[in-house]
Amino acid sequence: MQDITTRSDVLRVEKVDKTFHGGVVALQGLSLDVRTGDFISLLGPSGCGKSTALRLIAGLLSPTSGRITWTGDHGPGDLGVVFQEATLMPWATVAQNVWLPFRLRGVTYNAVKDEVLEALRLVGLEKFQNSYPRELSGGMKMRVSIARAMVTRPRLILMDEPFAALDEITRFRLNNDLLALKEKIGCTVIFVTHSVFESVFLSDRIIVMAARPGRVIRELAVGAPYPRDEAFRTSSDYAAYCREASDALHEAMGEPA
Amino acid sequence: MSLTDSKPIPAPPTDAALLDAEETNRLRRARRDRIGKWTLPIVVLVVMLVIWDRIVVWNDLPHYILPGPGLVFETLIKDWAILFDALLVTVQITLMALAVAVLGGVGLAILFTQSRWMEMSFYPYAVILQVTPIVAIAPLIFIYVDSRIAGLLLCAWLVAFFPVLSNTTLGLNSADHGLRDLFRIYGATRWQRLRYLQLPSALPYFLGGLRIAGGLSLIGAVVAEYVAGTGGIGSGLAFRILEAGYRLNIPRMFAALILIAATGVIIFACLSYLSHMLLRKWHESALKRDG
Repeated sequence: MQDITTRSDVLRVEKVDKTFHGGVVALQGLSLDVRTGDFISLLGPSGCGKSTALRLIAGLLSPTSGRITWTGDHGPGDLGVVFQEATLMPWATVAQNVWLPFRLRGVTYNAVKDEVLEALRLVGLEKFQNSYPRELSGGMKMRVSIARAMVTRPRLILMDEPFAALDEITRFRLNNDLLALKEKIGCTVIFVTHSVFESVFLSDRIIVMAARPGRVIRELAVGAPYPRDEAFRTSSDYAAYCREASDALHEAMGEPA
Repeated sequence: MSLTDSKPIPAPPTDAALLDAEETNRLRRARRDRIGKWTLPIVVLVVMLVIWDRIVVWNDLPHYILPGPGLVFETLIKDWAILFDALLVTVQITLMALAVAVLGGVGLAILFTQSRWMEMSFYPYAVILQVTPIVAIAPLIFIYVDSRIAGLLLCAWLVAFFPVLSNTTLGLNSADHGLRDLFRIYGATRWQRLRYLQLPSALPYFLGGLRIAGGLSLIGAVVAEYVAGTGGIGSGLAFRILEAGYRLNIPRMFAALILIAATGVIIFACLSYLSHMLLRKWHESALKRDG
């Protein structure tokens, strides 16, 4: 235990339960240590409480029991979020959307113009700063959403199935770009997904969860070094990790592997 | 006749050979629709005027029963000085009532969304005020309110504020849930949430309510004038209609009626234009449709 405490320098989740009104147990006994630079995937079937876990960490819900502690010198709230939908403000331009986290801290646009444009450059959308969200494709909207989540360089970025609504080609490209981005700015990510392939490609740790009640059943380490590229996607290592994660997922769903 | 659709259709490509039959048909249909949208109502108008005129002439109707369109137009020109003064009074009341309806409606809507208790306490009474016919309340208002202008304004406001209130309340409550979560995560204050999220989300709803309120405030102003009924200097179009009715000056009644209707149409068109300008960059209702 001592060992873990010293290692988790972002966030500790200790034996967190969440029971909703009517006695639905959404999450049971979730424990998680998040270290700087981690890319953790929460993988599981729907109803396994992975989104609940994310909402607990984001502070949108409070745990029924257990504790969530920010362990670094940064307080809670130093995080960026990407939802399944891009959730952009349709009345605001791309740049204004990315400015939002700063704006809510009372920072004027001019004061952070460089940061906003840099974030847009990192997701490859610097030319679209004055466009409105409706002029963008689904993948581009998601890029704006990612730019908004990282513009303040938060300690932790939470992503809730961000690419689930996109087509496969766009999803692969965004997976690659997300890893490239992580290399560049060294962010820490918790990523919720129901895709085995996505979780293996992106993460260094996969938490496999089961439903009813939502709980962790396996934690897998993906040892492949970053940067990972298309070659990794076709490697035998990748296939083996996918196999392992897939077996765990089948176990989670109560089916023979 | 929404102003959104009046955009010129892009000219068909010069290279007509590249277009297949279906596309050509589609373009032709679009052009026909565009012309028809303006010409057809005009044709209907002309036909109706001719029929009206013929009915009057063939039946030899006296002008105090039914004046012909020519006579109505003549009266409109001849009595322009009287009618225009009255029109200004009515328009003034209407616009003031609309302004107060916007302030009151939006103000109450913000109050309601900020406080559940406020909404629970007062919303039922807003509904009661709305469903009680204004003609029934207006006489009472004129008993208790001394100022005639204030009385008129109050009547028009009572009719007009509700659509602004209910639409704006709906809009303020329909901000995207993902964005609400985002604002919470980023620690937005109540004021920031209202200013940056709820008010912009409510804008399209508010503008819809505003267009209805524009017409209603005119109706409210006219009805109130009927009830108030005092004449002399500073009376509006409704009073002119009443007065002309007593004197069997039917052509002037028609002329005043035309002015009221035209005012309503102009108010609606202005508010539609305002709505289009405010929303054209981002809202679905104002987007140019391709194809």
